[in-house]
Amino acid sequence: MAKIDLNGVGHCYSGKPEKLEDFALRPMNHSWDHGRAYALLGPSGCGKTTLLNIISGLIRPSEGRVLFGGVDVTDQPTAKRNIAQVFQFPVIYKNVTVYNNLAFPLRCRKLPADEIDRKVREVARLLNLTEQLKSSAARLSADAKQLISLGRGLVRNDVAALLLDEPLTVIDPHLKWLLRRKLKEINDTYNQTMVLVTHDQNEALTFAEKVVVMQAGQIVQVGTAQELFENPRHTFVGYFIGSPAMNFMPCRLDGNAVKVGEERISLPELATVDVPPEGKVEIGIRPEFLKLEHDASPDTLEVPILNVRDLGNFRIATVRFAGHDLKIKIPEARPIPSEKGFLRFPRQWTKLYVDDVLREPAGA
Amino acid sequence: MSLIIDNVSKSVDGEIHLQDIHLTMQKGSFNTLLGPTLSGKTSLLRLLAGLDKPTSGRIMMGGQDLSSIPVWKRNVSMVYQQFINYPHLDIYENIAFPLRRAGLAKAEIDRKVRATAETLRIDELLRRSPGELSGGQQQRTALARSLVKGADLLLLDEPLINLDYKLREEFHDEFTNIFADNRDTIIIYSSTDPLESLLLGGDILVLDEGRQLQHGPTHDVYRNPRMEAVARVFNDPQMNMINGRVENGRIVLGQGLTLPRSTHMTDLREGKYRFGLRANALGLSRASADDVELEARVELGEINGSETFVHIHHNEVSWVVQEDGVHTHSLGQVIRVYFNPEYLFAFDEKGMLAAAPKYVPGSGTAEE
Repeated sequence: MAKIDLNGVGHCYSGKPEKLEDFALRPMNHSWDHGRAYALLGPSGCGKTTLLNIISGLIRPSEGRVLFGGVDVTDQPTAKRNIAQVFQFPVIYKNVTVYNNLAFPLRCRKLPADEIDRKVREVARLLNLTEQLKSSAARLSADAKQLISLGRGLVRNDVAALLLDEPLTVIDPHLKWLLRRKLKEINDTYNQTMVLVTHDQNEALTFAEKVVVMQAGQIVQVGTAQELFENPRHTFVGYFIGSPAMNFMPCRLDGNAVKVGEERISLPELATVDVPPEGKVEIGIRPEFLKLEHDASPDTLEVPILNVRDLGNFRIATVRFAGHDLKIKIPEARPIPSEKGFLRFPRQWTKLYVDDVLREPAGA
Repeated sequence: MSLIIDNVSKSVDGEIHLQDIHLTMQKGSFNTLLGPTLSGKTSLLRLLAGLDKPTSGRIMMGGQDLSSIPVWKRNVSMVYQQFINYPHLDIYENIAFPLRRAGLAKAEIDRKVRATAETLRIDELLRRSPGELSGGQQQRTALARSLVKGADLLLLDEPLINLDYKLREEFHDEFTNIFADNRDTIIIYSSTDPLESLLLGGDILVLDEGRQLQHGPTHDVYRNPRMEAVARVFNDPQMNMINGRVENGRIVLGQGLTLPRSTHMTDLREGKYRFGLRANALGLSRASADDVELEARVELGEINGSETFVHIHHNEVSWVVQEDGVHTHSLGQVIRVYFNPEYLFAFDEKGMLAAAPKYVPGSGTAEE
């Protein structure tokens, strides 16, 4: 059972990187703790598949070392790494039964028949495949086939990590939550390291204990779903996680205020952040946390309300502030002022970014 | 010019795809067709586009039977789920295509192509070919081509379904602006997504298994679903549905959860009902003194955008609770959930609405 360490791992497909932009995956350090459920999340081309292939051994990184349980496996092929993989499309042996599909990896390892039987039945029970054990795998639905692919990874005791590459792509939308639940249950039961690669925010956040968000060949944040939502450490996380996205505005610091255009937002604590003169400085706040009040108070700023969209469960108001359109999410029951309102930026939820990276005031 | 769909049915090889669709849409209106996959949305759009003929009934456009107008004379545009463009033409020519066919003057074509490209934010890409563009940009091109000619009827068949959710979000924002100025076109937009329908507004036709379930202003239909099937289609997450009854002046839900009868339920006769409760009417903290408390086991905390859908199990019944923000729940964890009986819907044994919450958005007390 192994912790996976990536020490200075990076990859450049052309082999000779001259600048950072040449890397599909920029050199970095990252550890995957044993038994945890991770998701690698990012848009296409962000480097997440490259990273997964480095762990599985399909790609040998052009920089750095890969360690499994402290042992350097950088030069070892996939077959020697004890990795189980599930791909976008089910990979099964069509002409044999579900039982034999699940038993296959164990027979390859020449385990005793009674141990194979015990393990196959245990995994089948967990995946609700007991009834189908004697059926031919070819006749099953797409989601059942994908469960078999998953089951083949689970029957083995020696697996260092189970790698899942967009495994729910072929699954019917209304079955997805059941499979997401199944994946979590498996992680709870087997305490096995799992790495799920996906471009789907909801899938990543629902499945993983830790989500690794990637953009342009870099890890921009590693955190729990709640951390990514409540405290995005990079503007990309604020944009990519949550719907609608976080509001961002260019700003500068002035005395005890954050200044956006000619408007001053009194945020004494945030205004103490040390900002390099040439840096790109932005203020960010999620639509859930920005407040639209009926009445003026010392910490509010008057804004015109451009529109309000009723989305049933909640409403989204768009207001104009210092030349920027800001979105505010308002619960169904809460009254919204008409035409104009008063904007409040709660300190806890108002974030400052310098060159896209979160900067927190000292002592925060 | 109005569009009248007069008792239209469509069968293919004895299988019913659409049954007795009857409604009128006015010039300048925005309409969504909402229904799950295979509910008949695409079948109806194909009839309106003139790609198929109804098995029975008529479609009248501006007083004329659509089937009597030759296809090339119909002023209809359609945008599909797939990104369909002319691969051998650049973006400019893709957009100009219908205008050239209509024989417009060169300067007029140029003006319209550039204005439409700007609206859809592809004015920088006019000399590129479709193959060089991203999926979102390709669909922008198809949309520009359908908008540029000012069709009488604009049909959009789930145009965003193949884009990822951040791109859909961007398009939704723009659509509400692009369609806001529409005066002359009847726009029909098909969708499987309740949130998208609510966002786009206008009128809605809810379809299920080829049948017309309800037609009316989108937000009215959302608040007053005529029947259980509409409530099921028009909610994401699905509306919680619990078997129950009205007995001795009280409401009994599932295995004996007894509630006082709130004001909107006072006219209900004693008997069996199905009670509906939206996921956002359930919460993890008490919001009012009237709230009912349940103890439940967590099945899964599913993150959806900026909400957490907590799937729970209580007394043999599964519920979904919508929690604001992104939160983590462990499987099997026992939690308390609360709801106010004021928010219950009641459907009778035939599945028809018997009582809806008397509720106006934004009328509640301010709560943090």
